[in-house]
Amino acid sequence: MISAAFDYVSARSVDEAVSALTEHGDDAKLLAGGHSLIPLMKLRLASPSVLVDVGRLRDLSYVRDTGDEIAIGALTRYRDLEINDRLQADLPIVAHVAGLIGDPQVRHRGTIGGSLAHGDAASDMPAVVLALDGTLVARGPRGERTIPAAEFFCGFLETALAPDEMLTEIRLPKATGAGWSYQKFRRRALDWAIVGVAAVRNGRTGVALVNMGSTPIRASAVERALASGSSIADAARLAADGTEPPSDLNADPEYRRHLAEVLVRRALEEADGAVTAQR
Amino acid sequence: MKLELTVNDTPHVAEIEPRTLLVHYLRDVLGLTGTKIGCDTSSCGTCTVLVDGESVKSCTVFAAQVNGAALTTIEGLAGDDGLNRVQQAFHDNHALQCGYCTAGMVMAAVSLLEEQPDPTEADVRGGLEGNLCRCTGYHNIVKAVLSCGRAAER
Repeated sequence: MISAAFDYVSARSVDEAVSALTEHGDDAKLLAGGHSLIPLMKLRLASPSVLVDVGRLRDLSYVRDTGDEIAIGALTRYRDLEINDRLQADLPIVAHVAGLIGDPQVRHRGTIGGSLAHGDAASDMPAVVLALDGTLVARGPRGERTIPAAEFFCGFLETALAPDEMLTEIRLPKATGAGWSYQKFRRRALDWAIVGVAAVRNGRTGVALVNMGSTPIRASAVERALASGSSIADAARLAADGTEPPSDLNADPEYRRHLAEVLVRRALEEADGAVTAQR
Repeated sequence: MKLELTVNDTPHVAEIEPRTLLVHYLRDVLGLTGTKIGCDTSSCGTCTVLVDGESVKSCTVFAAQVNGAALTTIEGLAGDDGLNRVQQAFHDNHALQCGYCTAGMVMAAVSLLEEQPDPTEADVRGGLEGNLCRCTGYHNIVKAVLSCGRAAER
């Protein structure tokens, strides 16, 4: 499969990327690792007329300790997250989930920022960033702004990023010693999650769902129930509250609602250390 | 656009359309047909090549993205002294049946062994999760890769 023709711009800095986006508007798309965008382009579900390649901006590949938070450069590849010592110590869920995405070849190319900016409800990393209550940093022609993860995913493959903005950094509160779990239900190793659940218990509890609607979403009803003292089992029954799960070859909405409850319960139990699952 | 790549230690310069996929460049422009196209959707892994030493699926990379990089394809593994050790291990362990997945399997295994020189069986199975063998001959493939680990040398 061959994509539609496009003009190719290799950006040498964030500023250059932003000016290219400003110049070409909606016709331009940023290209990072390309493992979400290129498949869509090959199917001609996406046909940007200008591709702005930011894959060479290696200065946006980093994991930094900024005190209470860990800052991750948007172009950090999954492979580099998977083996990062700082993440393994302070945000093990991020390293663990990075290692569950796709397969080694995909993890050598795919980036955390690319995944978040793509905003696919079936992707793993958006749910983790939601459960952790992260903050996203975007750069545009009018400068930099921060967007809470809870306000970032707006619709099907749609984010709060303006057409001329580029996601540059992801800030995640440290969860050193916190209980956490990621449940990814899939039939084969390299598949997407049919349903996935990210849970972090760190005083507050954050729970987010994969593939349970048109966007990555928080399981708000579960979080509220736990905050008001519900048991894990009772809270998990609310997992699918307010969701509109998709229907596809793998599962219908009813099955996904069932999976969400089961996986939220497992995730919360594992996060509480009630179950020692194999990681 | 102008593309400059070093493939199997040989520099190449070509004028390409930006939408040229890396696998098409390797096969159609350079004639390196050892790299296969299988699913064409980044699932099967038979198009796996190394970019700066790391495995990637060349059906999901535009050649433009790796402009300036050093690539290794299956044709670049064997030296004057014969097969590369992973190729030899596949041969010794009969780790192929129809052979269509083999080039990708070998390249993925070379990358895996670079990252984990002493893999366990679970590491090998996990490390090759991006490569499908429709003959389902995984057992001997895993055996071959394990035989390249340090543990096997002792």
